[in-house]
Amino acid sequence: MDGTVRNGAEIIIDALIDQDVEVIFGYPGGAVLPIYDALFKQNRIRHILVRHEQAAVHAAEGYARSTGKVGVVLVTSGPGATNTVTGLTDALMDSIPIVCLTGQVATHLIGNDAFQEADTIGITRPCTKHNWLVRDATTLARTLHEAFYVARTGRPGPVVVDLPKDILVRPAPYVAADAVVHKSYRPRMAPDPAAIEAAVDLLAKAERPVIYGGGGLINAGPRASALLNELVELTGFPCTLTLMGLGALPASHPRFLGMLGMHGTVEANHAMHDCDVMLALGARFDDRVTGRLDAFSPGSRKIHVDIDPSQINKNVLIDISIVGDAALALEAIIAEWKRRGIASRRTALQPWLLKIEEWRGLRCLTYAQGPKIIKPQHAIRRLAELTRKRDVYITTEVGQHQMWAAQHFPFEGPNRWMTSGGLGTMGYGLPAAMGVQIAHPDALVIDIAGEASIMMNIQEMATLIQYRLPVKVFILNNQYMGMVRQWQELMFGGRYSQSYSEALPDFVKLAEAFGGVGLRAQTVDELDGVIGEMLAVDRPVIVDVAVDPTENCYPMIPSGAAHNEMLLGPGDIPTGNGSSDDGSERGMVLV
Amino acid sequence: MSETIETHTLSVLVDNEPGVLARVIGLFSGRGYNIESLTVAEVERRDSLSRITLVTSGTPMVIQQIKAQLSRLVPVHSVRDLTEEGPFVGRELALVKVASAGGQRLESLRVAEIFRARPVDTTVGSFVFELTGSVEKIDAFVALMVPLGLVAVSRTGCAAMSRGPDPL
Repeated sequence: MDGTVRNGAEIIIDALIDQDVEVIFGYPGGAVLPIYDALFKQNRIRHILVRHEQAAVHAAEGYARSTGKVGVVLVTSGPGATNTVTGLTDALMDSIPIVCLTGQVATHLIGNDAFQEADTIGITRPCTKHNWLVRDATTLARTLHEAFYVARTGRPGPVVVDLPKDILVRPAPYVAADAVVHKSYRPRMAPDPAAIEAAVDLLAKAERPVIYGGGGLINAGPRASALLNELVELTGFPCTLTLMGLGALPASHPRFLGMLGMHGTVEANHAMHDCDVMLALGARFDDRVTGRLDAFSPGSRKIHVDIDPSQINKNVLIDISIVGDAALALEAIIAEWKRRGIASRRTALQPWLLKIEEWRGLRCLTYAQGPKIIKPQHAIRRLAELTRKRDVYITTEVGQHQMWAAQHFPFEGPNRWMTSGGLGTMGYGLPAAMGVQIAHPDALVIDIAGEASIMMNIQEMATLIQYRLPVKVFILNNQYMGMVRQWQELMFGGRYSQSYSEALPDFVKLAEAFGGVGLRAQTVDELDGVIGEMLAVDRPVIVDVAVDPTENCYPMIPSGAAHNEMLLGPGDIPTGNGSSDDGSERGMVLV
Repeated sequence: MSETIETHTLSVLVDNEPGVLARVIGLFSGRGYNIESLTVAEVERRDSLSRITLVTSGTPMVIQQIKAQLSRLVPVHSVRDLTEEGPFVGRELALVKVASAGGQRLESLRVAEIFRARPVDTTVGSFVFELTGSVEKIDAFVALMVPLGLVAVSRTGCAAMSRGPDPL
């Protein structure tokens, strides 16, 4: 940048600075040593040394999802690159912007089975939004800027730039970010006004409307959430959110129906099933949301807003499709609604809202907390209550604890909830929490975990200690891979094949071995005290909460059942296509 | 939505960069779509663009998905559905090798003449015929060559273009 000839590695640093990158998550190795050398010689970009490359990607995801910025990963060739595959796939499924820089053997060695060589481009092609192999130093800067542009625009996603070692040491020219225009990639942002008008035509006449919001609302930035609030206020429509959309409408909002889908609330799922007009915003009609497709919301006209045209009509036929950014679409719908001066729909909606209150009255998330054994739902509710006044960010692993967190922890705003939705990656929560804490050093960051999931990336405790990141790991320890156990109980005749967590470590001692603080709660009486202690410590903490091992997560729509065929509690026996008390083939196939 | 299986010919303009074909093929295999034929070659040297002509089949919903998924690939400039957009010309080139003698050899030449296939290689015991035309015409020619000593067939897959003055 100062006129002297800079090599590829230094050009990479220049490009990252140009892209406003403050932090990268990585792990060094032979092929990327020149980049690590260039990192050593500068102080603009902070490098966080993870303990496994998968965790680098999840940390970058946590960073990205809690800030709206692009997360950056740097790993070496071969195993460094292959270890990122799970993280990249996770980011692809949940539309998280990630730029992953992978080392590669020198160009003349590519294809020779060289040491630590892998076909990174081939391996990551299906798990990235796009990827590039830089074969020529002159294209390096341009490629990096394109990578950031592709990762963050349109439907965000992960990208990989594969960097052969010789490119890193060769002199390379620099091109500034603003000088790079992509040849073909132009995502559509602004919605079609005619489609907006048609949508408002439908919405204005709806008698049983429901808004179904997803992760696209979070990706469209905090403004989309504010606009969703405005639309709900303006129309009085009830609103449900997907797992990825939680926080887009405050959980305390009277029109919020809770999460929908397989473990969604009765009111949300019944409203989806019985509505006459559905407004889907940045949601993709995932199978965990729709249940049995041919029974999904059979009587409704459907409006679908999505920035990715391939999501429209993918699983469910749509009546009005609106391709564009969720915030821009919401803005246009609100403007059109106001322009028409649509009168209050309060009276017209009254029967529908009463019906919804009736469903809400079933209080489907109720659980029976006894005097001694801690119910997992209760642990989460106490955690939420005792952290209510703090700026709190929650990450999770995957399984029952994740669903209970989604059901029982109230999110009042966007970007506070980081979970692996699409891929369902056990081991996501701890590294993601790490990334969140890096982005928000003063915030309270809690990984709600299970005792099985946490073992999948437990090594990151060392990273937390190294960078003094006071992440709190809140383990709901039921001694089982709880969701697996639950399915085995309900669909495989109670044959608990390989789902018992045998030979668990002592989590208190484990925390201490890493240099953190370990706490344990075994009875209801101890719970609040232990949570208080956890919050008082300004260091990494693992809290081992012993919870009821037999508790199941309800409501539950068995796979292959319809929204109105929910199981509400232990008394309910699965019916419909998803059921099989003796493990019939159909039930087993529908996972 | 109708469940009938339709066959569509798609014309996809892509950046001629390494791996672009792998992306397209990976999309089809990863999502379980059919490819009946696929041809690709650079068509604009200056802008480094290639055209992929792809024949695929599926329900209308699947065809719509295929087009949306193709459009989503970063190096894809445009996806045109020739089947949907109106009349188009679809042509394929085939090389057909026949080894025979006597009456069969003469008969293969006669049939070739009817199909306007040209012998592009001749030995005393064999011909290689070059033939262009619609996919159906080539199918018919190959079927007729089977009893006349068919040895091998090499086909390019369908290249296609819309009728009329508009580009594609």
